[in-house]
Amino acid sequence: MRKASFKGGIHPHGYKELTSGKVTVPARVPDKVYIPLSQHIGAPCASLVLAGDRVGKGQKIGEGKGFVTAPIHASVSGTVSAVELREHPGGSFVNCVVIENDGKEEWAETVKPHKSPAALDSEQLRKIIFEAGIVGMGGATFPSHVKYSPVEGKRAEVVILNGIECEPYLTADHRLMVEKPDRIVAGLCYIMRSVCCGRGVIAVEDNKMDAVNLLEKAAAGEGGITVHVLKEKYPQGSEKQLIYACTGKQVPVGKLPLDVGVIVNNVGTAVAVAEAVEKGIPLIERYITVSGDGVREPSNYLVRVGTLFKDLIAQSGGYAGNVEKIIAGGLMMGKAVFSDEVPVVKGSSGVVVIRNDAKREFREYGCVRCAKCVDVCPMFLEPTSLVKLAKMGAWEEAEKFHVTSCIECGSCVYGCPAHIPLVQYVRRAKQAVLAAKAKEKK
Amino acid sequence: MTNQDSLLVVSSSPHLHSPDSVPAAMRDVLIALVPALIAAVYYFRLPAVMVILACVVSAWLAELACLKVMKKGTTTGELSAVVTGLLLAFCLPPTLPPWMAVLGSVFAIVVAKHLFGGLGHNIFNPALIGRAFLLASFPVAMTTWVTPIDAVTTASPLGIMKEAGGRQLPGIADLFLGNVSGSLGETSALALLIGGLYLLYRKHIDWRIPVSYLGTVFALTSIVASVKGNGMWYPVFHLLAGGLFLGAFFMATDWVTSPVTKAGRIIFGVGAGIFVVLIRLKGGYPEGVCYSILLMNVATPLIDRYTKARVFGGVKSHA
Repeated sequence: MRKASFKGGIHPHGYKELTSGKVTVPARVPDKVYIPLSQHIGAPCASLVLAGDRVGKGQKIGEGKGFVTAPIHASVSGTVSAVELREHPGGSFVNCVVIENDGKEEWAETVKPHKSPAALDSEQLRKIIFEAGIVGMGGATFPSHVKYSPVEGKRAEVVILNGIECEPYLTADHRLMVEKPDRIVAGLCYIMRSVCCGRGVIAVEDNKMDAVNLLEKAAAGEGGITVHVLKEKYPQGSEKQLIYACTGKQVPVGKLPLDVGVIVNNVGTAVAVAEAVEKGIPLIERYITVSGDGVREPSNYLVRVGTLFKDLIAQSGGYAGNVEKIIAGGLMMGKAVFSDEVPVVKGSSGVVVIRNDAKREFREYGCVRCAKCVDVCPMFLEPTSLVKLAKMGAWEEAEKFHVTSCIECGSCVYGCPAHIPLVQYVRRAKQAVLAAKAKEKK
Repeated sequence: MTNQDSLLVVSSSPHLHSPDSVPAAMRDVLIALVPALIAAVYYFRLPAVMVILACVVSAWLAELACLKVMKKGTTTGELSAVVTGLLLAFCLPPTLPPWMAVLGSVFAIVVAKHLFGGLGHNIFNPALIGRAFLLASFPVAMTTWVTPIDAVTTASPLGIMKEAGGRQLPGIADLFLGNVSGSLGETSALALLIGGLYLLYRKHIDWRIPVSYLGTVFALTSIVASVKGNGMWYPVFHLLAGGLFLGAFFMATDWVTSPVTKAGRIIFGVGAGIFVVLIRLKGGYPEGVCYSILLMNVATPLIDRYTKARVFGGVKSHA
């Protein structure tokens, strides 16, 4: 059978063999956690605690205004030592709650199991999911309760769980699917109920057949849930490409998945939902892969939010050789961080440490119009043309060439023989186009 | 905690790159041209070596001079100039005086490439412009052909066909192996095919251009053959004679001067194929590969514009 996929894309080396067979271990809970008050798309949270306050594990410590936000919870029990600006893996400085861990692991009173999760209706489920601070854990960190809220005139026909994990090096989702298939299926059922939809799909790439078999077994008892095996290709896990591969539908330009009746969530999000609904536990820990040629023992961890990258790297045997880059997330779309003293947040899927003896070349040549970028673009754009327009500052023209449709997957840069950082130019053009639009609205 | 003395590198994603590079691709093109180079030296001996050396060395020096004068520093252009020089040599008669070859080569690099902005900005294939320039300047020297190995003056296979005189046309096997008169690197279809397949295997060229180009020539000449009652040798002769294989695998597929869209590449190949047949059968010249590609080079921006793919999730494409 020909496996479903999308058009375009690339086949980078996965380097997943470093960690794909390694059982996830709980990361050492640090003496101090640094919990940023903005770990999601939407309004940042204001701190509910002050230095000196005692907090229980799972206690709400941050809350934002409005609908599109997600509360923040303490990931350990202990004493708040400061609320201060600290570096976020996203690159900016944000307010963080620093908690000194007392090692007692005492749960806050608010954390208690719901009596009859099976009896909860869609609105109650969404309230629980909101209160648990659940956001998309694939990296986008969009608040889940917003995604699940009904929109006038639109109906969810299928919930797709994203278990693709097409980023090189990352295996956290893979391990999660192998180790907790039942929790994933349970979470999917709650998500389906909260959006009033009877069909669920778990999409997995064909390089993770062990996970496919286990998920199929776990889903056997549940009606309406199927496991889709998709071809290994990057960026198969990108939302629009995933929806196309699973349903054959293209999300129209400027629209959301719900416009084609689809809701997409990461498999990790489903587990967080199951934990919140059944046990009342908010999102305070997640699966993460620490890998790359710059760490001695690449591993998968179950880690508390607020743990510093350097703690994880130390647990992975420390640095191996001279380190050039530390990347929060995957190599293709992750962000290079300024220091290893940034904390794990809800959207952290990996920490990849890259050594500098790989002789990477940063020199940019002129475009030779080889069109490799055009051939691989999964959004069917002409990246080379967009770069030319960006260099000229021709923003209006760039908009006509659909620059805002770029998903920044990096496929074009990967194969560019002229080593042009196309995504960087496109980001610049996107910002200019969006800024011009915002100005027009005013 | 960290054993870092230096700061971390912070750059825009992605942080992974394939080993591809422009110089590596140019090296591959040179490797792909080796079979044809061996065939050229085998069939046309010392004169061929002289022309090839004249073209390659002068192209390389012209490139360096241009980079110096235009203060561009070193670019990947050096190797691409070697490719241009070699390709130009391949479409010149082996008996051409080397000084003429030098002139063509310098014209190709300076005028066709650098005056248009250098690598990546030229509208026309520089090697073909070099050839067109020489053909216009030295029509006699550029159409003097010799037989392989013993180097006796003769007509080219397409020339014989054009004259429609009593002279014997070469056999298909000789055409395929390259044992016929012609430009020094174009005669051996076999050697060019090996190089072309290597480029396809290395994914440097798209099959769409050679297949649509060769396919169109074959289809059109088949129609002519069936109307005239010539038989199947006629389209095969047109495929193998002249510079069609050289053009289809190494000239029309030039990254810079061919369309960036997949549909565009097919239009490019079909268009070039039509021009070849028109020039060969109705035009003044016996051969039309060079001009067919140059004409389609002009059309490339237009083709790109009208074959732009519809964006993912887009309703209508922008024309």
